[in-house]
Amino acid sequence: MEKIISRHFDQENSHRLESYLKDSGYEGARKALTEMTPEQVVEEVKKSNLRGLGGAGFATGTKWSFIKQTYKPKYLVINGDEGEPGTFKDKYILEQDPHAFIEGVIITCYAFGSHKAYVYIRGEYLKSIERLQAAIDEAYKNKFLGKEIMGTPFHLDVVVHQGAGAYICGEETALLESLEGKKGFPRLKPPFPAVSGLFGCPTVINNVETVTCVAPIILKGSDWFSKLGSTKNGGNRLFCVSGHVNKPGVYELPNGTTLRSIIYEHAGGIRGGRTLKAVIPGGISAPILTPDQIDVKMDFDSLKAIGSMAGSGGIIVMDDTTCMVWAAMIASRFYAHESCGQCSPCREGSGWVYRNIKRIYHGEGQTHDLTHLPGIINNIGGNTICAFGDAVTMSIGSYVSKFRSEFEIHIKEKKCELCMKKQGIVESYAKINH
Amino acid sequence: MPKLTIDGKEIEVPSKTTIIQAAEKLGIVIPRYCYHPALPVSGNCRICMVEVEKQPKLQIACYTMVANGMIVKTNSPKVLEARKTVLEFLLVNHPLDCPVCDQAGECKLQDYYMEHGQYDSRLDDTKVKKEKKAFSIGPTVMLDQERCILCTRCVRFTDNITRTNEFGVFNRGDHSQLDVYPGKQLDNNYSGNVVDICPVGALTDKDFRFKCRVWYLDKTKSVCPGCSMGCNITVEWDKSRPHQDKKTRVMRLKPRVNPDVNDHWMCDTGRYDYHFIDKNRILTPQQGDNLISWDQAIDTMAQTIKPLKDSGHLNKIGILASAQLTNEDLFLIRKLFKDTLNGSQIDFRVPQSLGASDDFLLKADRNPNTAGADLILQPAEDADLRDIIQKARNGGLDILYVFGHDLVKLFGKNTVEEISKNVKLFIFQGSNVNETCGYAHLILPSAVYAEKDGTFINSQHRVQRIWPAFTPLGESKGDWEILSLLSAKIGAPISYPNSEEIFDDIASSLALFAEMSYEKIGDQGMMLWY
Repeated sequence: MEKIISRHFDQENSHRLESYLKDSGYEGARKALTEMTPEQVVEEVKKSNLRGLGGAGFATGTKWSFIKQTYKPKYLVINGDEGEPGTFKDKYILEQDPHAFIEGVIITCYAFGSHKAYVYIRGEYLKSIERLQAAIDEAYKNKFLGKEIMGTPFHLDVVVHQGAGAYICGEETALLESLEGKKGFPRLKPPFPAVSGLFGCPTVINNVETVTCVAPIILKGSDWFSKLGSTKNGGNRLFCVSGHVNKPGVYELPNGTTLRSIIYEHAGGIRGGRTLKAVIPGGISAPILTPDQIDVKMDFDSLKAIGSMAGSGGIIVMDDTTCMVWAAMIASRFYAHESCGQCSPCREGSGWVYRNIKRIYHGEGQTHDLTHLPGIINNIGGNTICAFGDAVTMSIGSYVSKFRSEFEIHIKEKKCELCMKKQGIVESYAKINH
Repeated sequence: MPKLTIDGKEIEVPSKTTIIQAAEKLGIVIPRYCYHPALPVSGNCRICMVEVEKQPKLQIACYTMVANGMIVKTNSPKVLEARKTVLEFLLVNHPLDCPVCDQAGECKLQDYYMEHGQYDSRLDDTKVKKEKKAFSIGPTVMLDQERCILCTRCVRFTDNITRTNEFGVFNRGDHSQLDVYPGKQLDNNYSGNVVDICPVGALTDKDFRFKCRVWYLDKTKSVCPGCSMGCNITVEWDKSRPHQDKKTRVMRLKPRVNPDVNDHWMCDTGRYDYHFIDKNRILTPQQGDNLISWDQAIDTMAQTIKPLKDSGHLNKIGILASAQLTNEDLFLIRKLFKDTLNGSQIDFRVPQSLGASDDFLLKADRNPNTAGADLILQPAEDADLRDIIQKARNGGLDILYVFGHDLVKLFGKNTVEEISKNVKLFIFQGSNVNETCGYAHLILPSAVYAEKDGTFINSQHRVQRIWPAFTPLGESKGDWEILSLLSAKIGAPISYPNSEEIFDDIASSLALFAEMSYEKIGDQGMMLWY
């Protein structure tokens, strides 16, 4: 199978320019800058069916084409906040192949006429930041960035910005606020960033992985790329498999690979030969799937069709030792902790849901809880400023609806066998009070 | 202009109008917490969500712009359900301390719960406890973090209106809490406004806290007499429960909306300067140390004035009028001392030291009616109130009639002592006791602005109406009424049944007031004709 994004990951010194140049490095950018017009680049990316790999799956070329010509500067902002639990792909790209990413940035900026790109990286990713900055410095020295890139009139500056530790700053408008030096609160929309983004200027916000796909598309053509994936979802993507599998890790596979094949063939199956109980297919915000659903093709449209989402490609596998009330409690604690607190349904609701599930988990649930809880969870989504509220509703709601019987056991018997077995681990989690 | 339908009613509004504004024009008030017409939109409370046809999700009415052909429903089942939902979330961590909360009665959480909530509680979990309960955040305001619903109105007020940036929301999620920035205090001259805009009991006014339950308050429209800006205000008072707050009547002043003058705001200087209405008042006419009746007082005045009138020595009368008086009061001074007793010396322009001012509402001229006094009394340009004082000191005056000014403060004790010695009748007419009273031969108690019907003219030359909240305290009377009594006694009666007729007379005799009337001035004022 042909690798695109992770093609250099196992090479020695893959993060160095010297190593990158050996394998037609920066040739995609050279081709775009010298042989193509910006419009041709946009067309090529549109035809490739490249979709946003941060989680929303929006068609990348289309997003670029929203930028209108104005007197204002235009910005490219790269979302490398990667806060979605279960996701750790951008980290590998920035650490192992930063030049592939930079090349993508150059082509993207050329495509819609931007001369400044900001890369917003998760605060904890110290190594990613260090390696990317080193690669940017190398690129400046060798005329891949700065003025007159590769002898063409095109110029571009790239700035790395370290986040300060908030999941919500992965939401694109909260990211912009944070980048502008304000508290990371999502903005009201419209206007969308394409009209008024960073500093009130037209802005494209792309994920690290998405941009990294751009250079190969330009170099090898959109036909080649689109054929790799499924019908409306071209190319490969990095799947991050974690949880109860034998070989957790990052796997580059074509979009449309089945979830079953990822878990059982690539990730080596469930640990200890146990049975699968549940799997989150695209980061914690994607509604959880049951074992009978894992023949689904892993692309944006197929997962949407079964009521979940491809999201960020973070696959979290849970085997039959997992108490789903416990899992729901951990997930809801995450949302309660990370809700930015701007709008009332999410601010008050996420904490309330967490406290409710925590109470059920600790054997203090009441029978009417299962009547109330789905309603409370449901009231958050659709009523908030950003998609965080929808994520709480979809994700936590799916635990309650799909594993209702486990909640019932916890309420009736005040405990469950699975929890008793894992007392040690559980207690350590329970001690961490929200 | 886009045309849209709200709850079945059609309306045409300018583009860039929001749904909440368009609905208001139809008389439909959509509930709101974070939305405030004078502040930037934040869209965080979500209570104003409405149904817009062809939109899958409910939209917030405070932010969504109208569009041609838009069909909006503000009371569909989906909308009503959403309101309930939002209220439920806002109340999840809100303490149930309504019985001891000073906001009770004017709390939007209470109001909307009764109007749109009324659900059965589903809360079995503990509430989040915020760090600080009631604590001082500045000289005038207290903050209760638990009661705060984080609508950020106060944050936006201090960020955008005063630009003093004291407030911030700290932490995340349901641990978010409102506070002032470390090392900062809410200490600007407009801090009282954050209490007005706070929809709940989070921000309360130290001056008003626990003085009176709001449902006992009566409200009277008025104009702040604190400076020449003439901010529109409401006097909030209570006479039914004299045991509370030491028998005072006025409990607080609140700004009243007037987009052309003060919009929604007023300064703290004006807001907290109302205690003089009930405290330190002169209650009865007084001659020397003796309390006398109004008849005796007016007689005393007439006995001194009449001989001067008959002998034509009218330049022996000196009048120190005041820009604190209403146009109606001033008009009677004009009629009595300029027309009837022509030759009296009149001025109102005290050599005041100007107060602090800013580029927002507070003006250095601390009088509400300088423009009115100027127009009605028309004092000679070169003359000065100091001339009258000089004359009074030298025995050049038989009568010095002072309206409210504290001459001791203005000219010093020695001067006033000399005046008291050398002037035959030194009259002080005013509402509150000051040092000058001690030197005056005759003290006449007059009403304060909250007891008067009349008009002021502010520095923009806008004529604005004040209304009497209650009758004058003790035996005090309105200034023009006292003058009217005096005029009758000296045989040149100037008589009016009420201040409205005085104003009608002003309107017909002064061109700048042409065709004005109380009705036309209304409660938003009217510009002078230039």
